[in-house]
Parts: sequence; structure tokens; C-alpha cells
Amino acid sequence: MSDTFVPRLPLGDWVESFVDWVTGAWRPFFSVVKDVLVGVYDGLDWVLSTPPFWVVALVLAVVALLAKGWRLAVGTVVGLVVVAGLGQWDNAMDTLALVVVASVIALVVAVPLGIWAARDDRVSAIVRPVLDLMQTMPAFVYLIPTVVIFLTGAVPGIVATVIFALAPGVRFTELGIRQVDAEVVEAGHAFGATPGRILRQIQLPLALPTIMAGVNQVIMLALSMVVIAGMVGADGLGKDVVAALQRVNVALGFEAGLAVVILAIYLDRVTSALSGRAKVAKARARA
Amino acid sequence: MRWRTRTIEHERHRPRRPGSGAAAASTARPPVTTGAAADGAPPAVTVEGVYKVFGRRHAEAVRRLRQGATRDDVKALGTAAVVDASFEVRRGEIFVVMGLSGSGKSTLIRMLNGLWTPTSGRVLLGGEELSAVDAKQLRQLRRTRVSMVFQHFALLPHRSVLDNAAYPLEIQGVDKTERRARATEALALVGLEGWESSFPSQLSGGMRQRVGLARALAADTDVLLMDEAFSALDPLIRREMQEQLLDLQQSLGKTIVFITHDLNEAMHLGDRIAVMRAGEIVQIGTAEEILSEPADDYVARFVADVDRTRVLTASSVMERPTAVVPMAGGPRLASRTMREAQVSAAFVVDRTRALVGIVRDADVVAAIEQGKDTLEGIVEDGVAPVSTDTPLAEVFAPAAESPVPVPVVDERGRLVGVVPRVTLLEAMIPVEAADPATKEVPA
Repeated sequence: MSDTFVPRLPLGDWVESFVDWVTGAWRPFFSVVKDVLVGVYDGLDWVLSTPPFWVVALVLAVVALLAKGWRLAVGTVVGLVVVAGLGQWDNAMDTLALVVVASVIALVVAVPLGIWAARDDRVSAIVRPVLDLMQTMPAFVYLIPTVVIFLTGAVPGIVATVIFALAPGVRFTELGIRQVDAEVVEAGHAFGATPGRILRQIQLPLALPTIMAGVNQVIMLALSMVVIAGMVGADGLGKDVVAALQRVNVALGFEAGLAVVILAIYLDRVTSALSGRAKVAKARARA
Repeated sequence: MRWRTRTIEHERHRPRRPGSGAAAASTARPPVTTGAAADGAPPAVTVEGVYKVFGRRHAEAVRRLRQGATRDDVKALGTAAVVDASFEVRRGEIFVVMGLSGSGKSTLIRMLNGLWTPTSGRVLLGGEELSAVDAKQLRQLRRTRVSMVFQHFALLPHRSVLDNAAYPLEIQGVDKTERRARATEALALVGLEGWESSFPSQLSGGMRQRVGLARALAADTDVLLMDEAFSALDPLIRREMQEQLLDLQQSLGKTIVFITHDLNEAMHLGDRIAVMRAGEIVQIGTAEEILSEPADDYVARFVADVDRTRVLTASSVMERPTAVVPMAGGPRLASRTMREAQVSAAFVVDRTRALVGIVRDADVVAAIEQGKDTLEGIVEDGVAPVSTDTPLAEVFAPAAESPVPVPVVDERGRLVGVVPRVTLLEAMIPVEAADPATKEVPA
């Protein structure tokens, strides 16, 4: 069928056998991972879904108030009332739980990796193409092996989301630390500070605004994955979007989609406000 | 016969720094390059045959540089930032390393506290070799022996002025109460009382660098490295900071290695100056030596537009007074002296060679006619003498008014030389490069 004279490269077959092997050989490990993720996700989902709507909305509004100000708090209340009015409240809480769990896991991996990459050029050289691959590979592709390994439900959705959302966390952390004024780091060395102290007291605080921008990006990417997670049976807004697509239901699609947008705006405004609250950003703004 | 007194004492005479002027301006000694203090203590900083080449094949680059290759020859092997640097910094002196950007001075200063390791050669800090200690000991040395002031201040923006100044003490493990007290003291030294709780972003550039200086002083190390510390400041603030640094250095007695690309700053601050070009130190000497005897054309061109009158002092251009009579000598001796020297007035000194005044020919002849045998009564005050360390700029006014050359006296009032007006004018002309055979560059 091919007329390029290039022999067929059986890369796909290799990947498939690799996934098969991983699935078989690491089954006990994956089952533990699955149990832990299910536990964490269910727990958070329970916390968000059990109280009445207005309690959760109030808490989220208070978070907005503390992070930015009363205007964002009012906007939060209005937005969440709209979500509830669309009948998407439970879905939205499922999605929020998934996004939070996936983002936290992604950051726990990404920030140390970013620090390591910033301190070691070789690590950086290896990590960068891997991140490129992770970020540009169509997100659906991750679903295939994760479904093979974890079957359906929230867990393959979380795992695929973590992989997809990891990249900006690593990149921004590395960038932030590399951008720290070399002279200030040098000052730390010149006064005899240990590398650990320089990281803690100089590099991380000065890189924090950039790292927080990375956190924001990680959360946004995680949210953009919810629809895809919906395809593998994770509960939430994504599931309704997928259902609407399959049934060509414009009304349901728009309502679920709007709920995603409201959630996205809330998470974006709160996290970007947090990066402006970093000590360094505040000290600079004081001038 | 004309003789030039070179200032070759450890410290350059500087009016602002009473007590630092060495006495014997007229004793010719070879330039001291060993730098060992009189008490036998090692110099504050010793640099021996140091090379720094950046690049993969640095060892080979050094080998070829040693064989006489130039910096350009080894370009393919690596960037030679510092080539065969050797010098010693004496305790309590301000040693300035001057060169244009790319001359390797910043790399050089960073080898003095181990931020860079020399590719070859040794750096000793008070007798302790930096490359011989492990990372932990090196950190300890940095905490206790050498601190640094940076070109762009390098303050921590998220910490208050007080906490910035206290940072070295925090690293040293000093407890909070004490380090705050010591940092407050250091801030007071640089004139920043009342700014403790401000943040760096709220301060002007000059004030930020004062914080940088206070931070280095709080560390309480003997050696202070200053990397283009005042280069980012505007000229007026810069001048102010220079004066403050000189005052602090005088009261605290720190050893300071100061990097600058500004020749005037180098001349103003430096007890001794090392001129760097293309990674090599081309001359080490006092400001006056570099001005009056530049080691090569490069240095000569470099110093050509310096305001020489502010750097050169009376002692560097003064000549032997030709007509000096002792007070006890009487009018006949005075007359003969003046006739021989073909001048119309002579300096009168007492038994210790302290300057008493001048006598004029007419008065002396009158005294002889009256049969007097003493100069009592005819000695005039004449022109006010200048001291050996008076900058030439301040010699012009007395020279313009005086019928005789301006007398130069040492700190005990002894007449050690004179500055005729013609010498003064001649000193304004930039000197050609000295004969390479006679240049006084420590190898």
C-alpha cells in the first residue's frame, strides 16, 4: 500500500508490546496507584459534593476574596449560581475534584523536576524534548494505554491529565530559577551560603512569581483535559459534553461547556492573583 | 641636576587620610612587590601565576599560553579570561584592578573568593590556599574572611534593608537579636539609620549600594571585594560613595580589592592599581607611577586624558632646591649661594632643615654693606609651603604668586624640595611610555 520504498517501521507494535509488558509486569504497582488515586479523588469529591451548594460557593468566594478582592468574590458567587442554575453543580464539583487532584500531582512532580533541570544542564537537555513530546502528542493518545492499564473511570482521566498538564509546571519552574539574577545567587555563594540555603532563601522566593504562573498554566491545562477525561467515563462536566456531542444535543453541550468556562475563569483568576501575592512581587510593587 | 621623587611607599600620600602618608619621600627604594608586612604576617591576598580559561580544552590553552601564545592564538581552545596574573594585596590597602570590559578583571576578583577556580596557579587568602580546601571549608572562609559588594547590588528584594544587611550573619549562624543589632550598626556606618524596615525597591541606587556595603561590613571580614561597586551609580552619588569608602577604610582598616573600568575612580581610590588588558596585568603601581611612568603605550594612551593635577602630588614633580642657606650661615654665604644658583632669592632653613622663610638678594647685599653677620631680620615668610602629598592642582595658586619656586615640606616642616613653575607646567604634559627596560612592573 505504501509507495515510498521506506520499509514499514513497526514502532506502533513496539509501543503496544511495551504497554502490554508494563501492564502485565507492573500490575500490582498499578493497582496500588489506582487505589490511592480513587481514594484521594473520592475523598475530595465527597468534601465538595456533600455540603449544600451555598456552603461550597461561599467557601470558594472567600478564597477569591482572600486571593484578590471583593469583586472576584462577587463574580465567583454569580458564576457558581449560574452553574447551579444550569443543573451542572454536581458535575462541576466532580470536575473540580479531578482538576485539583491532577494538578497537585502534576506540581509535586513538576516543581522538583524543574528545579533539577535548572541546576543541571544535562537534565534540562533530556527533559526538554520529553516535555515537548508530552505536550504536543494528541491528548487522546494518552487515554489508550491508561485505559488499558486502569480501565475506565476517574483514574485514567487523572493520569492522562497529569501527563498532559505536567509540562508547563516543569518549564516555568526551570525558567523561573534560571532567570533569578545571577548576581544575587552569586552573593549567596560569596557570603558562604550552602546550595540548599540558596535554593530556599534566594532562588525559590525570587522564582516564585514565575513558578506561580506555571501553576496557573498547569491548572488551565488540567481543566482543558476534562472533556477528554469524560470520554473514558470520568464523571463531571466532560461526560455531559461527550454525551452532548454523541447525541448532537446543542443545549446540553452549551450548558456543560459554559460551566467549564466559569470554572476555568475562577481557577485562573485565583491562581494568577496568588502569583501577584508572592513576597518578591509585592516587594517590587512597593517601589 | 634634576631628580624626580617617586612615591614608592606602601601608601600613596593622600591629604584626606592623615597618618597614611609615609615620611621619607626622598629615599629611593625599589618598588616593594613581596608585600609581606613588617610583622611577618602573610599578605591579605596572594595571587600566583593564575590563569583562567573557559572552555573544554582549558588545560591545553594554559600550556600554550605559557609557551608564549597570545589570547587570540588559543581562541579555538577556550576563552582566556585571565593570563598569568600575579600580585599581592597588603593588609589594609585599597588595591584597584582597572581595565576595560572584557579585560578579565571580574573573573579575576571572583577567583579571590573561590567563585571561580583558577585553571592554573594559586590564590591564597591570608596564607590559606583556596583550591586546597573542600567546599565546606571554602564556605567557611567566605563567611569569615572575605565579603563582596556587587555592581548591581545583588540585594534580596523580598527582604527588608535590615534583613539584607543581616544576611551574612544569618548564614554565619548568628542568632537573630545579635545579627539585627550588628546589621543596624553596619547600616549606621553607611548612613542608613532609619531605613531598616524599608525594602530595596524603595531605595535609590546609591542607597541600595550602601545596603550592599553595609551587608559586606556586617559580615565583618578583613577582606572586601568590590566588583564595579560604584559603576552603576550616577557621577555625583559615585563621588560621594568613594569618599565614604575612603573614610570607612580609614576607620575600619579593611583590605579592599576594588574593580573598576573608570581610571579616575581607580586613581582616586587606589593605594596601588593593577592595569589589566586582554587578561593580563600590564602594570602594577601607585597612581603616580602609572601616570608618570606608564609601562607601555596602552597604559600611556589610557592615562592620557586623566586630570593629572589631581593625581600627581607635589612630591612626584618636586626638584632639589638649588638655593638653600642655613639660618646660621650669615649674609655672605647667602649671597654666594644665590650667585652660584643664579637666583634672586634663597630658602632659609634651620638646623633641622625646617623651612624658616626666604631671603632676597637686595636685602642680603644691604645686610653685608651694614656689616651684619646674621640673617636675623631680613628673612621673609615668602610663599606658604605645600606638603609632599598636596595634589598639583593645589600648587598652582601659590606658584602664581611666588617669586621663588614653591617650597615642599614634609610633615615635620623640613624642606624636601621645590616646585618651579616650569616644572608644574611640564607635569601637565602626558608622559610617553617608559623604556620597557626600566618599567617597574612586578613580574
